Amino acid sequence: MGLTNSTMGIKAVDSGLKIKRHTACDQVIALAGNPNVGKSTVFNGLTGMNQHTGNWPGKTVTNAQGYCSGKNHSYVMVDIPGAYSLMAHSAEEEVARNFICFGDPDAVVVVCDATCLERNLNLVLQILEIATKVVVCVNLMDEAKRKKIKIDLDGLSDQLGVPVVAVVARKKKSLSRLMDTLDTVIEGKNKKTPLKIRYPQAIETAIDMIEPLVREKSGNRINSRWLSLKLLDPDPSLIQEIDSYLGEAFLKDAALSSRVQQAIEMLQNRGISTNKIKDMIVSSLVLTAEGISRKTVTYAKETYNNTDRQIDRILTSKWAGYPIMLLLLALVFWLTITGANYPSQIISTVLFWFQDRLTDFFHFLHTPSWLYGMLVLGVYRVLAWVVSVMLPPMAIFFPLFTLLEDAGYLPRVAYNLDRPFKRCSACGKQALTMCMGFGCNAAGIIGCRIIDSPRERLLAILTNNFVPCNGRFPTLIAILMMFFVFTSGSLSSSLLSAVLLTAVIVLGIMVTFAVTKLLSKTVLKGVPSSFTLELPPYRKPQIGPVIVRSIFDRTLFVLTRAMVVAAPAGLVIWLMANIMIGDTSLLSLCATFLDPFAKLLGLDGVILLAFILGLPANEIVVPIIIMAYMAQGSILELDSLTEMKQLFVANGWTWVTAISTMLFSLMHWPCSTTLLTIKKETGSWKWTALAFLIPTVIGLTTCFLFASASRLFI
Amino acid sequence: MSKVLLLSHLKPGEKATVKELSTEGNMRRRLLDIGLIENTEVECLGRSPGGDPSAFLIRGAVIAIRSEDCAGIMLGTC
Repeated sequence: MGLTNSTMGIKAVDSGLKIKRHTACDQVIALAGNPNVGKSTVFNGLTGMNQHTGNWPGKTVTNAQGYCSGKNHSYVMVDIPGAYSLMAHSAEEEVARNFICFGDPDAVVVVCDATCLERNLNLVLQILEIATKVVVCVNLMDEAKRKKIKIDLDGLSDQLGVPVVAVVARKKKSLSRLMDTLDTVIEGKNKKTPLKIRYPQAIETAIDMIEPLVREKSGNRINSRWLSLKLLDPDPSLIQEIDSYLGEAFLKDAALSSRVQQAIEMLQNRGISTNKIKDMIVSSLVLTAEGISRKTVTYAKETYNNTDRQIDRILTSKWAGYPIMLLLLALVFWLTITGANYPSQIISTVLFWFQDRLTDFFHFLHTPSWLYGMLVLGVYRVLAWVVSVMLPPMAIFFPLFTLLEDAGYLPRVAYNLDRPFKRCSACGKQALTMCMGFGCNAAGIIGCRIIDSPRERLLAILTNNFVPCNGRFPTLIAILMMFFVFTSGSLSSSLLSAVLLTAVIVLGIMVTFAVTKLLSKTVLKGVPSSFTLELPPYRKPQIGPVIVRSIFDRTLFVLTRAMVVAAPAGLVIWLMANIMIGDTSLLSLCATFLDPFAKLLGLDGVILLAFILGLPANEIVVPIIIMAYMAQGSILELDSLTEMKQLFVANGWTWVTAISTMLFSLMHWPCSTTLLTIKKETGSWKWTALAFLIPTVIGLTTCFLFASASRLFI
Repeated sequence: MSKVLLLSHLKPGEKATVKELSTEGNMRRRLLDIGLIENTEVECLGRSPGGDPSAFLIRGAVIAIRSEDCAGIMLGTC
């Protein structure tokens, strides 16, 4: 169909990046490496908490910069997206290439996986073609040792002509060796000559023909040998970058382009077509990597990968593959629900105790009652609710999920689900973006960058919202516990709620498949594109760092965002509940207005209003409902699910209301953060509007059908 | 040898070496990048629960490839 990035409205990638130096003499180090090699562990190990996360300008591949010091120098480490190659296939690889080629880093550290060195060398070799100050960091040496893989590090360093440092990222000592090496490289003290890849004779001749002129015209700002090679095998996105880096005049130069033309003709005369050039270049890299790895890596145990294969045979088997996925999902939910119960109660007791103290304090100051109401009953109470309800499940759910990710299970999910996704003309990597959506839909949408085909990426973006995010889990769990799990606190009740929650998620997944299929038959027509997916080796997850990281990077991040949104929302809701028009409040006026329509959906006016006001963040939907009901009288203290259920039932909730609310929570408009992210990612209001409409229309329809059907039977 | 053996024909547990790629464009580059050049040994490790894609051991890494993409990879026997 020829759907390109521009026709799909996905913006092209750009380059420039603001490096934040602490001092003028900070050296800029690019931290590169394949995906799944523990690059971020090295990054975190080096920079600790001294880092700054931002975005690559104009796009949302996250970029982290961190600071660390060796004995002689201080460094800004720039964490580059994981890439297998610099011949960019995906947005992330393009960012990686652009920073290494045109970002002028002072040195490059390439992180490699010791258990899979040959594959990693491909990237190392490509980087050596551009940069001269390179340190190769062989990570996961402990895993290699366990698999009895021996690596001759000195030999590797001799072959590559750059320093090689072995690292076990969680051991600080091995990282300080890396810093020492970096110091010597920065000072230009690497005595060896970096490896120059030899290409077949014809290509070498062609390079020789153009390199002198390239060097002259480019003012030697980029490695001229590499640039010459790229001119023989031009890649449109790279040419664009060269254009903006060296200026248009360079590529338009008549002498240079005629010389390049001559070189290409010379190759053609020898029977080497443009396509063949590419093949020969890649083959040379692969063969060089093979040769080096033959000389430096020895496998003491032929069957070093057997354990991985056995695990794979179970986790991806025809019979057990899908059931295990569901069981793991249910297990994660069960641990989350059970584990979150007690801390939630404790936190809520503490926070509401503090509310009483705040109340005393305000009374002591003789604060006007409207100010007290706004700040304590509005802002503080909603905040307290959001924290006590959200923090415990997130602090359990995120680390558990990160553990699965760290162990290498998530790629297997994509592998298992590729077939069903392909039936919907999409690809298995969409499953990975859905997994990210469990945490936060906005994060899931950013994650869609791992999908190469623009059409398939849009499918994933438009359907991500059918996976309930962490802001919606508390709503779902609370309703499940109140209305469908009758005896709370026992093992069977928590198991039942985990199973029910899993069923809700499975429904969301079914809808995802259906909508994906529908979209690819209508507005996003096309055939599934080809795809390759690496299944990395399983690893023993590092429990300590995983917990620390997932709490700092994810839990606190999501919680902070929720609080930022919840505070003003609490204020608005309190105002709405207390501004009287005649003798009814604005809140109940709006609710009454929405009520007839909401009733058709099995909801009531308050619930629908809560979802509308919850646009900034789904976390505040339940607090709004509670506030609205409480403002209308009845109960004033609320500290258990039983009392909450009484409140809800007093306001007319039945099991039909409960199911309708859960369905609507699963399927309604994305939150504003997600919508803005979609706008940013697709660069188009049209797709953003569609991302809003699809789940909304489906949710309204489903709730309407469900409510009508239930009326027939009751 | 009369019949051309394709990577998609390889059954779990079988090994072979790559002869030639007939794939073009982007996918060709990606397959080359993985290291699927002439004379590379590949082993089929298994299939996904749905029967497709299959997992292959290529130069020490496990890569999943769909059957229609495998059909562009011609093998020789080893």
